Parts: sequence; structure tokens; C-alpha cells
Amino acid sequence: MASEQRTATVSFPVEQSKPTGIKLFFQKCSQQKALLLMSVPFVIWLFIFRYVPIWGWTMAFQDFKPVRSFSEQEWVGLKHFIFLFGDENFLRVLRNTFAMSAINLVLGFVTAIGLALLLNELRHMAFKRVVQTISYMPHFLSWVVAASIVSYSLSLENGIINILLTKTGLVDEPILWLGIGKYFWGILGAAEVWKNLGWNTIIYLAAITMIDQEQYEAAEIDGATRFQRMMFITLPALKPTIVILLIMNLGHILEAGFEPQYLLGNPMNVEYSEVLEIFVLKYGIAMGNFSLATAAGIFKTLVSFIFLFAANSIAKKLGQARLF
Amino acid sequence: MKKLFKTNARHSSLDDRIFDICNYTFMIFLCVVMIYPMLNTLAVSLNNASDSIKGGIFLLPREFTWHNYQHVLGEESLVWALLVSVARTVIGTLISVFCTAMVAYAISRREFVLRKFVTIAFILTMYFSGGLIPTFLLMRDLNLIGSFWVYIFPGIIGVFNLIVIRSFIEGLPESLMESAKMDGAGDFTAFFKIVLPLSLPVLATVSLFVAVYQWNSWFDVFLYNSSIPDLSTLQYELMKILQNSNASMSSKTAADAFSNANAEANTVTPTSIRATMTIIASVPIILVYPFLQKYFVKGLTIGGVKG
Repeated sequence: MASEQRTATVSFPVEQSKPTGIKLFFQKCSQQKALLLMSVPFVIWLFIFRYVPIWGWTMAFQDFKPVRSFSEQEWVGLKHFIFLFGDENFLRVLRNTFAMSAINLVLGFVTAIGLALLLNELRHMAFKRVVQTISYMPHFLSWVVAASIVSYSLSLENGIINILLTKTGLVDEPILWLGIGKYFWGILGAAEVWKNLGWNTIIYLAAITMIDQEQYEAAEIDGATRFQRMMFITLPALKPTIVILLIMNLGHILEAGFEPQYLLGNPMNVEYSEVLEIFVLKYGIAMGNFSLATAAGIFKTLVSFIFLFAANSIAKKLGQARLF
Repeated sequence: MKKLFKTNARHSSLDDRIFDICNYTFMIFLCVVMIYPMLNTLAVSLNNASDSIKGGIFLLPREFTWHNYQHVLGEESLVWALLVSVARTVIGTLISVFCTAMVAYAISRREFVLRKFVTIAFILTMYFSGGLIPTFLLMRDLNLIGSFWVYIFPGIIGVFNLIVIRSFIEGLPESLMESAKMDGAGDFTAFFKIVLPLSLPVLATVSLFVAVYQWNSWFDVFLYNSSIPDLSTLQYELMKILQNSNASMSSKTAADAFSNANAEANTVTPTSIRATMTIIASVPIILVYPFLQKYFVKGLTIGGVKG
């Protein structure tokens, strides 16, 4: 009787958070065998594939030799980190990563918000849907396909960009776009916008549907034009969404992407196209310097966390919506 | 009186008209920019290869031919790569969606004793990862390098997809579950007979995400299986062609000589092969995604808000 009562109270979720002893825990486990069977194998999977690699961070503080066991590795402290910050290559790679990431962040936000505002003003629903479908298309293409398209569009003889520029007389000679390093950041920013512009509007359009329609009606009666309504009602209503997305994206400030830079990079633009991930790949996989490459990877994660927390606490201070 | 005023405000404003005209023009321009490169690539892929070198192909092929497609699909290694791509997409998607849905169901049950622990363990991995080198060494230690399963195992559960499915299941009416439990159905029965059939819209969305990821992947092929031709995929083959043409671009004359030599022989050129493979690599996705638009827009919104 007593035990029956006990199990009955346990099934209420409110009771769950209270510490009720290890015996009760096992009792509940035996009642929920099916749920455990559904999830525990994948927790083990998660542990192996996502948590075990973090143990590999220890490599950054060793002179790691793959043939030695863990206890035989030689510990070297911060040697690899100190080396990185004296390495000209690393600093250049860091500059490229920050620059492209910042360009992508700013361009990505401004263009997506702008397009979402304009899409919202379309009255013709079928037309709006067609525009949306077409603008999502590049997002689904692989970067290999996108890079193939970009490099073909920029090619010397048959590239559409050079054809347009020479036909309109803006330039006299076709430009070897991917052969000139200083153009690379711009090309990459444009390629990212082309690929993800439509996709990035989805979340803003969803937020726009939440706006109270009465505000628009009131503004209309007051004689506000469409443009004014867009700027003074829709845009301010998007502010919380923008802040949250901005914080989340700042956490990825050192992830400028990797595929487009790798695929569009070549020996002529390497000064501007090489990013952190390519550096890690080069030192780690190609040259076998696992320790140095891991140190660079850890640095990236560390910076990401600092940016994420900084952005979050700034948003908190300003009284804005925040992530956590 | 009020009504009259309102209609006036809506129709008479010249500003609004100008705004509309600019807006529609801009949208058409945007669509052209988004879709032109694809149509141009399609035209080049359907045009005689030696004729394409002369340039001037825009939206329509000048000398129509299937030859480029016959050439690509006649190459045994490319057909095999296509099959590997299809295999990893089908197998990877089925396994991933099924497993993700199962975990999502478990962590959607309020009474589940490990609910918090499992959820947090998964969500934490969104914010950090071991990075490239430790992951590479793990695959080596697990003996996955040189195997087909290196495409499948590491990506079985995507955290974002997990959150999307969980949110959907949590939105299902609780009474359904209660009545099933009343009838003596266990969690497996409830999952297979009630939750899975009701979750088809969200499962379609997640299937699209996973299938696109699998179909588009090339980096894992490059990293783990680049020395094994039998495990190459279409995207990786295309990537190799792209890298070759990038490399030859630095010595422009060499590339010219190559394409001229080919033009004489009236066969295929790197440009036409690239265009053809680009089309083959993107057509399956382009044909599928518009039909799932309604669902993935919803799925992305849920995941974006809760994630």
C-alpha cells in the first residue's frame, strides 16, 4: 500500500526535481526501460563521437607523437601557443579569418533584414512565394557546386561578370578576379550573400508575422507611407530577433567558413584566402604536426566563447533579449 | 466618411506607387541573379564542348548535344561515385532520421528520469567541439578510415534536428498519449504507432536537411577516404575537377593549349565536364526542395526559436 502510493506521486513531473534517493532512481529506471533503451545507446554514441575528441585537447600541451601512449607523451605547457603567436603565417590567417567573418556577419545581417522587409511589402502572394522559392535555391547547393559557379562566373573570357563589365565599358580589360588577392574577401562576401540570402530571411519573415496588424492600420490612418511603416513599425519589431541572432553569430566569429575559402583559394590569392581551418588542415593532416594544429583549434573555441559571453552580457546590460 | 478617407490614403499616395514599382523591379532582378548562373551552367552542359570555348553561351545552348552527359555517364568511376553518393544519402538519411526521432521522443516525455541529462548532454555539443585533429584521430582509432561508415556514424544525430523534432512531438496533443497508455501501450508502441505517423511533416523536413547534408558532403571523403577510389562521391569528383581548373588558371597559356587541343579532337573540355557534373550534382536537390518549402520554413522557425 505504502509503496503504491509512493509510485503514484513519483509520476508527477513536479516531484521529479526533488532529491528522492538512489533507490527511487533505480525504481523509476526499471519502469522506464523502453525510454532508456531509446536514448542511452545514443548518449554513448554522443560521448564517443562528441566528448572523447575534447580529450584530444591535451595534445596541444604535449609534443604529441602518435606512436607513444598517453603516459609517455612529453608535456610542454604553452609552447605551441607561444609559437603560434610568433608565427607570421598564423597571424595572417587570423587576420583573414576575422576579416571574412566580420564581412560575412555584417553583409549577411543587413541583406537578409533588408530582403525580409521588402518581401513583406509584396502584396501579390503568388509572386512573393515564387521569389522566396527561387531565393532559397542556392542554399541547397553544395559549396563545391557554388564554388564551381562562382569561379566560372568570374572567369576571364566567358565569365558573366567580366562580360558585363567590359560591355558597359566600366573596365577596359577583363579582370582575373580570383588571381588578385585583395579582391578575395569581397568575392567571398558576395558568394555567401548569394548562397544564403534567401535562407536567412526565413526567421525574420516568421517574426514579422507576429506583429500586431492594428499598428499598421493606425499608421495608415495617420497617413504614413509604406516605406515609413516599414522603417518605423516592422524594423523595430524585429529588434529582439536581430539581437538574439547577432549573439549566436558572434559565437562563430572565428568560423568564417572553410569550404568556400578552400575551394576558391589558389596560390595567387593565398595571402588573403587562407583561414584558420585551412591552417589546421595544413599543419595537422598534411604536415603531421598534431599538437600545433590542435592548439590553433583550441584558440578558436576559446575566442568563440569569449565573444558569445561578451555579446550576451552586453545585450543583458542594454536590457535586450538575450540567449541565456 | 472614414471609409473614404482610408481608401484615399491607400491609393493616392504617389510615394507608395514608386515604392511598389522599385520593389517589384528589385525582386525580379534578385531572381535573375539567383537563378541565372544555374541556367547558364545548364546551357553550357547541353552545348557542344568545342563550340562553348568560343563563348557567348548565355541562357540557351547554341549547338545542342547530349554528348557531355553521355561522356560523364559513360565514365565508370563517375557512375560509381554517383552510386556512392546515392547510397550515403539514402542510408545516412534513414538511419539518422529514425535515431534522431527516437531520442527526440524519449526527451519529450516529461516523466523520463534522464530527460534533463540527455537534453543538456546533446545541446552542449552545439557550442564546442573537439576540432579537426582530435576528430580525425578518433576516426583512425575507431578504424573508420577507409570505410563507408565514416560517412554515416559521425553524423547519426544532429542536435538542431533533435530540437526541431522534440519541439514538434511536444506540440502533439497529450491526450493521445494518455489514451494509448490507458490501453496498455508501451513507449515503443506509442512511438511507432502514434508519434511517428503524426510527425511526418517534421520528419520530411529533417529528412531534407540530412539528405542535403549527405548529398553535398565532400570534405569527409577528402579527409578520410581520398586514397580509396571506390568510396569517392560525386561532389568529391567535382571538387577535384574544380581544383584542377583552378590550378591551371594560374598558368593560363597551359589551360588554353589544353582546351584548344581538345577542341580539335571534338571531344569534351574541362569546362563542359564541370558544367555537366555541376548540373548532375544539383538537379536532385533542386527538384525536391520546393515541395518541402512549407515544412522546412516551419521547422527552421521552431529550431531557431528553441535552439
